[in-house]
Amino acid sequence: MNIYLQTLSRDLRVALRNPSSILNPLLFFIISVSLFPLAISPEAATLSQIAAGIIWVASMLAVLLSLNALFHHDFDNGVLEQMVTSHHSLPLLILSKITAHWLLTGVPIILLSPLLGVFLFLDEEGIKVLMMTLLLATPSLSLIGSIGASLIVGIKNSGMLLSLLILPLYIPILIFASSAVSQAQFGLDISGQLYFLAMFLVLSLMSAPFVSAIALKISLE
Amino acid sequence: MSSFVINNLSCQRGYNQLFSDLSFRVETGEILRITGANGSGKTSLLKILAGVNIHEQGSIELDQHRVKSDEYQQEVFYLGHQAALSAELTSLENLEFLSALNQPVKRDSLIQALVDIGLKGYEDEYCANLSAGQKRRVILASLFVSNAKVWLLDEPFTALDPKGVEIVENRITQHCTNGGLCLFTTHQDSALPNQRMISL
Repeated sequence: MNIYLQTLSRDLRVALRNPSSILNPLLFFIISVSLFPLAISPEAATLSQIAAGIIWVASMLAVLLSLNALFHHDFDNGVLEQMVTSHHSLPLLILSKITAHWLLTGVPIILLSPLLGVFLFLDEEGIKVLMMTLLLATPSLSLIGSIGASLIVGIKNSGMLLSLLILPLYIPILIFASSAVSQAQFGLDISGQLYFLAMFLVLSLMSAPFVSAIALKISLE
Repeated sequence: MSSFVINNLSCQRGYNQLFSDLSFRVETGEILRITGANGSGKTSLLKILAGVNIHEQGSIELDQHRVKSDEYQQEVFYLGHQAALSAELTSLENLEFLSALNQPVKRDSLIQALVDIGLKGYEDEYCANLSAGQKRRVILASLFVSNAKVWLLDEPFTALDPKGVEIVENRITQHCTNGGLCLFTTHQDSALPNQRMISL
């Protein structure tokens, strides 16, 4: 467990000393959401209807944008090699890297979402559910994303490949999360969607670190 | 007494057969130097022994523990071509993390290791500001604080000045006298005593 915390604090320290790597996806998130009212319509009725979808798509793309860096630096400088040869469990080391990724992208997205929700005229109930779905599903985005990131770690200019690999796996999350918010706006029950997102989180938490470990070993070959 | 036993090992890269039916045995206290032309498979061999790469055929055992088992990996330290350092961290922070991957070492011992390798005063320097030789010294310091029995060193003398080479050679000799064993590759002349050679 100690090595988990040590890897986590190392990753957080590396990222905080190189803030552009954290700020770029977040700025992309804010800018892309704020362009929609200009392009579609500034009317409250229109925007509140599509707000959840816009915020969810933008947050997904922002996470995708940040995934490239998850293993890339450690692969280039040889730290991954040291992790693989270590006697510590590789999935545990990967899980701590994923946790750091979520703390640096998922958490700021959750914290920014109410602000952007107000910006798009989302009502109070909608914002509450939006934050709940983001809290339940952004860890899954980081976990599933780590599988793709570990598969393409040795390939140069692989941004497009990562999207092709990962986006199809993100689709169920997108559908259930945005439908939860729009149903909540109509006062309907959303427990089904939330259970699905929770199930997705548990599944990805149990499988992604192990699959990523195998993929990383293949990439290091 | 430990013995490191390699039996009928084969390695293929693409269409090239790098080596096949390679068998040797290294006992405690021995230093084995692996020689061979560029591309003959020295790095591949060390990576296979370190558990990074997969071998197609053969067996690798350290005291009956097979490669990639926890007991095996705990006893093996692999030093690759790359520095394994993050530019954003200081020498000491990098060393703390690298040694934690093997076993936790007290901060004082880590600072002492940096002093021993000739990096006194560079403990809080960001690795981005270190020269190639100094970076090499940081990872060598993590090797020296590890309690791994088997050292697998790929070109350990690269980028080091003569004084640095001497320090590393002394530490290798000391490690092997204290019951360790070492396999290394180098294209430089090495003055290590009792070294055995195999050629790929």
